Amino acid sequence: MSAVVADIPVVAPAAAAHGYWTSVLRRLLKDKVAIAFASILLLILLAAIFAPLIAPHDPYASSILKRLRPIGTPGHLLGTDELGRDMLSRLIYGGRLSLLMGLLPVFFAFFAGSALGIVAGFAGGRISTVIMRTVDVFYAFPSVLLAVAISGALGAGIANAMLSLTIVFIPPITRVAESVTTQVRSLDFVEAARASGASALTIIRVHIIGNVLGPIFVYATSLISVCMILASGLSFLGLGTKPPQPEWGLMLNTLRTAIFQNPWVAALPGMMIFAVSICFNLLSDSARQAMDVTR
Amino acid sequence: MILEARELRKRFKLKGRAAGTVHAVDDVSFGVEEGETLGIVGESGCGKSTTARLLMGLLDRDAGDVVLEGRRVDAPGGMPLREARSKMQMVFQDSFASLNPRLTVQDSIAFGPKVHGVPAKDAVGRARDLLERVGLEPGRFAGRYPHELSGGQRQRVNIARALALQPRIVILDEAVSALDKSVEAQVLNLLLDLKAQFGLTYLFISHDLNVVRYMSDRVMVMYLGRIAELGPVDAIYARTAHPYTRALLSAMPTMDPTHRTERPPLAGDPPNPIDPPPGCRFRTRCPYAEAVCERDPVDAPVESGHRVACHIMDKNSGHTLAR
Repeated sequence: MSAVVADIPVVAPAAAAHGYWTSVLRRLLKDKVAIAFASILLLILLAAIFAPLIAPHDPYASSILKRLRPIGTPGHLLGTDELGRDMLSRLIYGGRLSLLMGLLPVFFAFFAGSALGIVAGFAGGRISTVIMRTVDVFYAFPSVLLAVAISGALGAGIANAMLSLTIVFIPPITRVAESVTTQVRSLDFVEAARASGASALTIIRVHIIGNVLGPIFVYATSLISVCMILASGLSFLGLGTKPPQPEWGLMLNTLRTAIFQNPWVAALPGMMIFAVSICFNLLSDSARQAMDVTR
Repeated sequence: MILEARELRKRFKLKGRAAGTVHAVDDVSFGVEEGETLGIVGESGCGKSTTARLLMGLLDRDAGDVVLEGRRVDAPGGMPLREARSKMQMVFQDSFASLNPRLTVQDSIAFGPKVHGVPAKDAVGRARDLLERVGLEPGRFAGRYPHELSGGQRQRVNIARALALQPRIVILDEAVSALDKSVEAQVLNLLLDLKAQFGLTYLFISHDLNVVRYMSDRVMVMYLGRIAELGPVDAIYARTAHPYTRALLSAMPTMDPTHRTERPPLAGDPPNPIDPPPGCRFRTRCPYAEAVCERDPVDAPVESGHRVACHIMDKNSGHTLAR
């Protein structure tokens, strides 16, 4: 053959063949913003896990005398709440339930929604119609109302609250997964894979998932903050966590009466929710960039 | 005859405002001999790519048969589609879209063999060997991602991927059309080399008449889902019989200033393929159209192996110019 290797190489000799996800992780570790926010998240997570070791006070110990102390009170660094309980301890303990209720429903919904959406998007036709129209039914209700309705029907409790939140988040994730999959499916490399005789399952595994999971993942992480807020809403209605359990959303709700007396203390749980959700959002942005190998 | 299309038909139903039926491929029959290159030309929308996809089984045909090595593909008692797909492979026009951006070049090539049960290690070995054969040094290119390659390099990878299943037939669907002219020439020569090396049969789909002339042994001219003319490359280019082919060829730029084009080129776009009127599809633009053209023309053999779907070439058609 005439060895015409004339095309000019675009980049320096490529590194040894490595997995796609390894390279994603490598790129993520180079991202300073990602590292910063990941450490903040890790800090909050570790604090929640090791709460008994870190918390200066018992989160349930109330005191009639020391109610609504401001931030900086000696012995109570972040003040006390409306029942005189130490805010710092309650915030540290509150991370446990809050993170759990923010993460788990989205996590489960991510899997269920991705699976449904990928199947719908890849199969198309009647299967897609059945899945997507079913999902559309859930769209008819506002998410808060839906969460309250399902949670109410299932009965109060943390597990039921999380289940209802999962159900609330499956439709939007399914929708995103379906649209991304539809786009990817129409690309020629999927056609080429079909032409090589691969089964639908193999094509989904090798060619679809890697190309659609990124956008779905990014979308799902943006739902974590919404989920935490919704969970707190459920708690407020007595459908999720119950007082006196420390949970950021519930704390935000019970402290709302103190918003005029001691606004800074009342705002603290909200700040925690804000911090966690912004960390997740920025981290998901970084993850999306790291997953984009074409950059 | 290694591959045969028998009255292939594909129609797309359109809903909504532009409701109707697109006759994308309409009872198309032709054969491909082992070791030849059959060029397929025509304007966009004439059914070239649909024909290719029907042959590959990427689209479900509405009627007709694909016969590979004498066995009907995907028909009761015939050859299973999966087997046919390992014997017949395709290279697409868009070199970037036809490679998975998440897979390295090597993994993309090795995917097909792995699907067909070749152990991963052997598949990778085959991929590296093929990279070498398409002119990409495996040590430098195997671990790269598609976006790290130029268009020509990517198309070489696509060719390697198509060859990875050791097919007998390769369908090149506008495979070089998107490349720079200089790169195109290199890839064309590579294709010729590979054909000789592996004893391949090509279906070469293009809208570039010069390239088709260079590559093909026989040429098939399609117009609105039907075959207008089919014959040996010399016959098509020198003894053109169909008015449409003549119009196409006259639109072809020539390098010879003394050989000026006097014949009128085609005006306008091909008519809408939705619910086409009966008869010759070309009659709406044909300078020789007469009343008889409202009847379907029959394939008239002009000479051995050269057939034309035109009433003019059919003595008994009643056309005033019929010979």
